[in-house]
Amino acid sequence: MPKFYGTEISSRLMLGTAQYPSPAILADAFKRSGAGIATVSVRREAGGEKAGNAFWDLIKDLNVAVLPNTAGCHSVREAVTTAHMARELFDTDWIKLEVIGHMDTLQPDPFGLVEAAKILCDDGFKVFPYTTEDLILGEKLLHAGCEVLMPWGAPIGSGLGLNNIYGLRSIRAQFPDVPMVIDAGLGLPSQAAAAMEMGFDAVLLNTAVAKAGDPALMAEGFAQAVVSGRMAYDADPMEPRDMAAPSTPVIGKAFLQ
Amino acid sequence: MSDPITIIGGGIVGLCVATELTARGVPVRICEKADAPGPQACSWWAAGMLAPFCEGESAEEPVVRLGQEAADWWERQGVRVIRNGSLVVALGRDRRELARFSRRTDGHRHLDSNAIADIEPDLGGRFSEALAFDDEAHITPRAALAELWDGLVARDVEFTTEPPATGRIIDCRGLAAQDELKDLRGVKGEMVILRSNEVKLHRPVRLLHPRFPLYVVPRGDGVFMLGATQIESGERTRATVRSTLELLTAAFALHPAFGEAEILEIGVDARPAFPDNLPRIRRRGQRIFVNGMFRHGYLLAPAMARQVADLICDDIKPEMMDEDHGEW
Repeated sequence: MPKFYGTEISSRLMLGTAQYPSPAILADAFKRSGAGIATVSVRREAGGEKAGNAFWDLIKDLNVAVLPNTAGCHSVREAVTTAHMARELFDTDWIKLEVIGHMDTLQPDPFGLVEAAKILCDDGFKVFPYTTEDLILGEKLLHAGCEVLMPWGAPIGSGLGLNNIYGLRSIRAQFPDVPMVIDAGLGLPSQAAAAMEMGFDAVLLNTAVAKAGDPALMAEGFAQAVVSGRMAYDADPMEPRDMAAPSTPVIGKAFLQ
Repeated sequence: MSDPITIIGGGIVGLCVATELTARGVPVRICEKADAPGPQACSWWAAGMLAPFCEGESAEEPVVRLGQEAADWWERQGVRVIRNGSLVVALGRDRRELARFSRRTDGHRHLDSNAIADIEPDLGGRFSEALAFDDEAHITPRAALAELWDGLVARDVEFTTEPPATGRIIDCRGLAAQDELKDLRGVKGEMVILRSNEVKLHRPVRLLHPRFPLYVVPRGDGVFMLGATQIESGERTRATVRSTLELLTAAFALHPAFGEAEILEIGVDARPAFPDNLPRIRRRGQRIFVNGMFRHGYLLAPAMARQVADLICDDIKPEMMDEDHGEW
């Protein structure tokens, strides 16, 4: 299993905790999928309330690693403030860093992202940046001190899957030793399997599970797809070719009809 | 049955339970700090939709089934129940949300643009398709609370501010019962009340949107209630700019004339909910808890009140009872 900042993860499936019909269904989804990391949006739920939020207590009861995120932050300052709040609330220096640049597509603001990543890494945070497949942006995030990258598959909540296969292959190949998580945009287990087949270390999703008719069943579907996809990657798949290659020799076959 | 049962809390649950028990001849008194229905109870801020089928999109089965008792119950209490159904629409690029909603709910029919215009002329031409839930209804929550309160006063039910020291208690305190119900949590909701003389609606309208789902409930006299956010937080104050923007933006998208509407009120409170968002009856010694209505106070309190009354009068174990250590 890959390590994020020295911590070995227990599953390659990571789940968000928003938008489920109820906390009980959320807990079922985690149980059934075996997901090892839960992301939690701090900004939106924070309110004036600090400790003692009953929902956060439910998340802690899932007994999985908590990766707080700065979802919904549109500026460096907001993201940094939220990260500090998250560190205090969840007693972790892990932070999934989102700096949103566009209201409609929710795509990351690359400039703000790098700036916030630098500030937080310097401050001792272990930053998981939500980024695009852009190589230069990836490189700058690594220089800022990030040791994990989380490129998007497609815009958050869109369920479009892996939008730019070429770009994702390219970033995977460019930084072979950096743990990378496909974050956002997945709608179906087949898309998660495809990401794993490409050599990504894990996938993170939320809406695809939370908004499914049966979230726990969908979570398990994703868990199996992630395992299958990774098995395929580890097994070194055959190269595709554009002509048939019969697995049984034809010439000399005894009863050729 | 000599001593009256004390019902703690004069919100939707307390008043419904008191009404149901009184109707069955069980003497009760109500312990409530306020001297009238008001913002101390989160039911003050509710929408008053009696929409069990729509709620089935995300709620568990008992909500749909038990919620179907609500409209008749309210009517029996003399509350004006408007049985115009409800309407579900989505904007152009979110039309697939409508397909999903339709798959996950029962009791609806599909409307095209003309059919929408027939029943809601102001939405005609704005939406090409909609779902109509004809068997749903709505009420005006504050009027309903007042109706129950006044009805109890008229039947000489005692209202007291003194908490009881002993005796049989039905605890309907909502979120305040967190001190004893450890798995109860608050889910914050914000709402806006508008007045517009340019838009007329005859039934609650839900606008499906992946990020900002909204409903608009007509209250009559040009007054509309917009709701509601759903945030995992027990905070009972502080309606935020973000939430208010979301609600108002969605209303504006439903009909641009809402842009000129007057903002009458911005409300906020937290709904009491258990982890599966279903209500519960629990008996511990001489105290029965009725709690966890979540966003379904007006929809489910009648059924919960019936179940509590069945328990007390006929010793029928309530369907929604998950704990019983009773020496009632």
